[in-house]
Parts: sequence; structure tokens; C-alpha cells
Amino acid sequence: MSKKSTLDCQRLLCPMPVIRVQDHVATLNPGDVVEAICTDPGVVNDIPAWCRINGHEVVEIREDEDDFIVVVRVGESA
Amino acid sequence: MTQRKALALISGGLDSLLATRVIQEQGIHVEGVNFFTGFCVEGHTHAIRQKDKDKPKRNNALWSAERLGIKLHIVDIVEEYKDVVFNPKHGYGSNLNPCLDCKIFMVKKAHEWIEKNDFDFVITGEVIGQRPKSQRKATMPVIQEESGINDRLLRPLCAKNLPETLPEREGWVNRAQLYDFHGRSRKPQMALAQKFGFEDYAQPAGGCCFLTDEQYSVKLSDMWQSRGEKRYELDDIMLLKVGRHVRPKANFKLIIAREAGETKFMRGYRKQYPSLVITSHGGPWTLIDGELSEDDLMLSAQIAARYSQGRDAEQVDFDYINTNGDVRQLSVKPMHPDDIDKAWVL
Repeated sequence: MSKKSTLDCQRLLCPMPVIRVQDHVATLNPGDVVEAICTDPGVVNDIPAWCRINGHEVVEIREDEDDFIVVVRVGESA
Repeated sequence: MTQRKALALISGGLDSLLATRVIQEQGIHVEGVNFFTGFCVEGHTHAIRQKDKDKPKRNNALWSAERLGIKLHIVDIVEEYKDVVFNPKHGYGSNLNPCLDCKIFMVKKAHEWIEKNDFDFVITGEVIGQRPKSQRKATMPVIQEESGINDRLLRPLCAKNLPETLPEREGWVNRAQLYDFHGRSRKPQMALAQKFGFEDYAQPAGGCCFLTDEQYSVKLSDMWQSRGEKRYELDDIMLLKVGRHVRPKANFKLIIAREAGETKFMRGYRKQYPSLVITSHGGPWTLIDGELSEDDLMLSAQIAARYSQGRDAEQVDFDYINTNGDVRQLSVKPMHPDDIDKAWVL
């Protein structure tokens, strides 16, 4: 059963949100999903780039008022 | 045959991109590491500002890793790095940049990483003579010795100008296929980039650290002076990157957003710092850092009003919001620009 978790990356400037996602994903299993809530618009490029390099999947990117929310599914190589 | 493995220090600039590709071409497995100090300059840090929206909002280290097809490990060294900033053994550069100590520290961390992860050596994009403080012929061995890595550090772009390293002596890397770049010219790097088919790389020789920036260093010095000691947290050094910083008195300063993008970012700090929000006119969000008297609060509002669309009005109205979210209304006459001492603006 895959787990879902939320990561607060508000007020963090890149690459800190990427580091938070990277370190959190290291504790998860393939198929788990993490939702990163961010305020730096750079995350819409950086988290997907990090996912492509490391074999993870971006499920969704959306904006909600001041937040940029990136949803990542952990890949098989994790 | 054993597959040799190297760790590349990836800054996101052209030199580390090229150095990595040179070693990949020799059949070495390379992974990258990028150390985040808190002072790193990134395209999207500027993208907080609306006016910079046309610039690419990418992290150049991630971009480099993707182009190279390598894994990139981004490591948060904010806490450990403070000692480098506070007490650089080799001193600062022209601003508060401790470049040589920084390089030694990063190579030391990379050395620890390869020992832990069973890699063979570290590569950097250093070029002799490229940087006045850290990339000189005399400093190259200092970095090797003081980091403790010694001859497991290879600089592929200028290796032919330096003594042989372990990867060369052991035949893991063919020295003949390394380079002898030196000096500040970027032409050899640009030619090599063209050979490898790299385009749209980060600006050659572009600074990657806010500590090399004069204005940023002034703001950091001011912060230390106001606190009576060299001390910072990550939020402090983030906020030094945004807004107009105005210190009218020793006990407080104002951080005044310069445009909508900064206002949006600074609103995120409203629970850490009291805010002044203009209600009668268009204008910037202002954060207040320090302890204020009633007179100080009115002075703050007068200064903030000067940077609003109500600068010529008789009265500008504000909400003063404390960190608990309690709101108090106040009104002031904007300060005349001539009354704002130039020395207040950091």
C-alpha cells in the first residue's frame, strides 16, 4: 500500500525545496507519493528536473493562491 | 576491470560541466554533488522579482546534471558553512567572499562523500588563474592539502599544468586526454563546449555566490553589526536577497519590497516580522526587523510611504500587523526623499 505525505517547503528558495524532497524521498518506498507545498516559483522547473535525473514521476503541478504544489511519485530505483 | 568512479563538484557553470564530460569520455562513472551554502545565486531566486520573469528559472546544477546524464546529490551545508563565513583562515576576497576556504571546505566534504560511498576520486572545473583568490597555481596544492584529499583531486581542465594525480598515475585516466587551460580567457572553454555540443550553458565566469556581491556584503555586515556578533539563520540570508533594506536607526531596519513578486515572497514572513501594509494607495509590503518605539513605528511608516504610490499625498494609511496577526491602523505624511539619509539605504 503506497503512502501519501505532505512536505512544507513554503518560504524556502530553491534548491532547498529540492533538497527537502530529495531527503524525504530517500525515506520512502517506490510508489509512495509526496506533495510538496512551495512558494518559490522555481520549483515548477527544479523538482521535475530532479525527478527526471533520479527516475521519479511528477504526478501534478498546480498553483493555489501563493503556493506552488508539486506532487511526486517515488520511482522504482528509490 | 574495476569500474572507476568519480564525484564531480557541480556548480552549474560551464567549467564543471566540461570537466565532468572530459572524465565521462574516458569511461569513468561520474556522479555530481552540489553544495548549498545559503548564499548560492540561482536564476529563480531572481525570478521572485517580476521584472526578471524572462530569465530562465532553472537550477543550473540540475540543468548541468541532466545534460551530462548523471545523478546529482544536492547537499545542505548551511549550518556547517557558517564557520567558513565567520572565520576564514585565508581571509575574505574583495567582499565577504571566503573563496579559498570555501573551496577547501567543499573539497573536504566531497572527500568525505567518496570515502563513504566508495568512489575513487573527485573532480572540479578549476582552472589555474581563472579566479584571483582561489584558482591560482599557489592555491591548488593548498586546497589538496588542507582538505585532506591530496592526490585524489583531479582538475581535468588544467591537469597538464599540475603534477600528476593518483587517477593519472594509476592509469584510470589518460593524462594525454586532459587539458592545460590557464588564465582568465574563456575561449578554450567555449571551444570545448562547442566540441561537446553544449549550448545555453550558464554565463561563463558568472558569480555563483552572493558573498562576492558588494551590496549583499554591505547588508550582511550591517546585520552582524546590529546584532553585535557574526550570526545568521537561513531566513536572514534569504531576506538579504530581496527588497530594499533601510536602516534609519541602529535598533531596527525596514525591508521594503521593490515590486509585486517581492511582496508576494515577503508576505510569507509575516509571522516572523511585523509588517506595514499600505491601505490607502498602491505600495510595497514592508517588514520590520528590530524593536520599535512608537516614534520609530511612525518613522518607519513615513519611510515606507515614500516608496508607495502615495508618495506625494498628504496622508498615507497603513495597517501595522504584528507577528500574532493583530492589526492597528495608522496614518502618516510620507517622508520627503531629501529627508531620507543616503546612508540609511544599505
